[in-house]
Amino acid sequence: MRIFDPHIHMTSRTTDDYERMAANGVTAVVEPAFWLGQPRTSVGSFTDYFDAIMGWEPYRAAQYGITHHCTIALNPKEANDPRCREVLQVLPRYLVKDRVVAVGEIGYDSMTPEEDEVFAQQLQLALAHDLPALVHTPHRDKSAGTQRSLDVVKESGIEPGRVVLDHLNEVTVASVLETGCWMGFSIYPDTKMSPDRMVVILREYGLDRMLVNSAADWGKSDPLLTVRTAEAMAAAGFTADEIDKVLWRNPAEFYGQSGRLDLGEAEAGGAFEGNTILRGGS
Amino acid sequence: MTWLEDAVTAVAKEATAIRALFPAAGRRAGRDNADEARAALLLALSGESLAKEVAGLYHHGDNDEKRAVLKTLPSLDVGDGCVELLRDALRSNDSRLIAAALGPYSRHLADAEWRQGVLKSVFMGLPLSSLHGLDERADAELARMLGGLRDEREAAGRVMPADAVALLERLA
Ligand SMILES: [Zn+2]
Repeated sequence: MRIFDPHIHMTSRTTDDYERMAANGVTAVVEPAFWLGQPRTSVGSFTDYFDAIMGWEPYRAAQYGITHHCTIALNPKEANDPRCREVLQVLPRYLVKDRVVAVGEIGYDSMTPEEDEVFAQQLQLALAHDLPALVHTPHRDKSAGTQRSLDVVKESGIEPGRVVLDHLNEVTVASVLETGCWMGFSIYPDTKMSPDRMVVILREYGLDRMLVNSAADWGKSDPLLTVRTAEAMAAAGFTADEIDKVLWRNPAEFYGQSGRLDLGEAEAGGAFEGNTILRGGS
Repeated sequence: MTWLEDAVTAVAKEATAIRALFPAAGRRAGRDNADEARAALLLALSGESLAKEVAGLYHHGDNDEKRAVLKTLPSLDVGDGCVELLRDALRSNDSRLIAAALGPYSRHLADAEWRQGVLKSVFMGLPLSSLHGLDERADAELARMLGGLRDEREAAGRVMPADAVALLERLA
């Protein structure tokens, strides 16, 4: 079984997590740029973060044969801070990178006018750089936030097939299905979505344009919940090919639209020359 | 004209064009040619702000781009104006950057910095044959540092890489 986690924040995870993921078949990941749980106050904090998810994380991942790509954006929460909004000026330097496969996470947090503006602006950046877009739907007032996100996407002129609305649930899935956008589901230990509820949604709405992720980050989360979902699918009678479609071919197709996804065997990076991470650094 | 020829022309005309072209070189010129293509783009830069533009590419670059900058530094007309980039690379924990930082341009590093770079390479298990001018520059102080590392390794029941032992013996 091969697993491609299309949304996971590895910068918050340990090297042990990479090891466990690889041992369980998770051999490709996409790390979206998002909030760090702690507010940032300057552009430099963002560019250092982009550096980490473009350089350091692929290097760490490669030690375990995991292919790592990322998405770059100013997240909606920090779009409200004028000190952070300046990061929009430097995004074009990052959106041209080989390992950047989408603009994201963009979208809404509290649905403020600032978020409106930054969301629309970054959809234009996706168009200008020929990249798909990853849209985070808000945790509070999710239904209204999802609808408003779909409106902004439509207005931007970006092709729906190049957009994923993420963190969906039973309540919001149908409205996204009919637009032609992709549907992302984050499987969490307690909240959001569980493997069994995910299986019910796949039964009801089919497997096309469906993405399943762990969205594992610094909070209570589990990088192996994609694997648990694959197991729940198998237990519910889905075939191996259907599981492969949802947990590998779908994310490969979605991010493949960037023209930059390279799933060739993750090169061992510098590991063959001596692996500082395994040794605990120097 | 090929993509690279076009890109080199564009950079020669307007230096800032390199900011979008340099990162895209892997996709456009083919991954196997990425390093050469990036070197060609860097060599097309000129003017007073050369060192600044090169530093900007390094600081905004992913690790492949950073490596390409480091490897091309000896061929660029920047004097010692980019030595700060070597220091940044040597502080990193990516062995490919460490190796690239210890090429011919490392002659601009102070002896103490260069020795730390060599010692870090030994720690990371990098083949010392890839370090530029090692035998000419290695001195008694480096020998003292390597000897200390060997003692620590032996005390822990571990060995020092054979090429580092050989270097130590040559210096003795
Ligand atoms: Zn996220």
